[in-house]
Amino acid sequence: MSQSQAQPSGVVYEGGQQHPLGVYIRIWILLFVLSTLSYMVDYFHVEGYLRWTLILVFMVLKAGFIVAIFMHMMWERMVLVTAVLLPPLALLVLIGIMAIEGDFTYDMRDIWMGQDTTLQPLPPVHH
Amino acid sequence: MAQSDTVEGVEGLAQDWSSDREAFRDVPWGKGMMWIFLLSDTFIFTTFLTGYMTVRLSATAPWPVPSEVFALTLFGESIPLILIAIMTFVLITSSGTMALAVNYGYRRDKRKTFWLMIATATLGAMFVGMQIFEWSKLISEGVRPWGNPMGAAQFGASFFMITGFHGLHVSIGVIYLLVVAFKVKRGDYDNRGYEIVEITGLYWHFVDLVWVFIFAFFYLW
Repeated sequence: MSQSQAQPSGVVYEGGQQHPLGVYIRIWILLFVLSTLSYMVDYFHVEGYLRWTLILVFMVLKAGFIVAIFMHMMWERMVLVTAVLLPPLALLVLIGIMAIEGDFTYDMRDIWMGQDTTLQPLPPVHH
Repeated sequence: MAQSDTVEGVEGLAQDWSSDREAFRDVPWGKGMMWIFLLSDTFIFTTFLTGYMTVRLSATAPWPVPSEVFALTLFGESIPLILIAIMTFVLITSSGTMALAVNYGYRRDKRKTFWLMIATATLGAMFVGMQIFEWSKLISEGVRPWGNPMGAAQFGASFFMITGFHGLHVSIGVIYLLVVAFKVKRGDYDNRGYEIVEITGLYWHFVDLVWVFIFAFFYLW
């Protein structure tokens, strides 16, 4: 592993992922801040597109820092990075088709199960 | 491996799977396998979350508001989502202590590694404890996998499946951490090297990673 920082003497390294402690501490604090911010989104009742955007931005940042720094992905060789990070992209297809399916099911229930409150009630049947 | 070394049958199967890696240079075999496992776990959790998305999109009854369902009354005031926020902070703290444990492991500081791993396991156990409290509270309020008094019936099924599977991962992680921590203390890795602490750390950070997505999609959405 490439080692740019000067390390204290007497410290044993054996080719594993070893980085300065300060990096972990900084990311740790950053994760705390990002979690607090995402909780604030709910606490202050931010609604609409701003809410979804903020939740997703904080989520992606937190996930990114955990994978890149805590799980050492940014220091790994590209062969491991691609082997782990590329296959999950296939899941985007699943998410896409299930979003379409979910909307479709909702519409079908609306039409056939009488949940649409905007429709006028049917006139009473007289015999 | 030379042809004469190969063994057939079950023994051969075990030997082939435990043979050395070619593609992932500088990556210990156990670490490569942990990444493969975490990749498969990514598919499992994404499938669960996608299932949750599908039933929530297709539910015609109003979805229970997580902010209210998971509110707690503290000091006479109802605070939205507070238990979930505390659980999030506990899990992030445990990820921090785990990262430090990996660092001290490679420095061969057995005492610090051991205690940081014990701290990580303790925080993990706290998380599971709070989850048990949360489950008990919801069950007592009438939330079931097939229905609940607050709204869409699919809420309970999604909640118990997703948080249950994640909680199971945390529980297994606590056991895994304790086992490795005591082996570190005993000096089992003095000759073999301390990659095992990094591998255990990968699993633990993954559990934290999954929680990031559950927190965003289930509790905040």
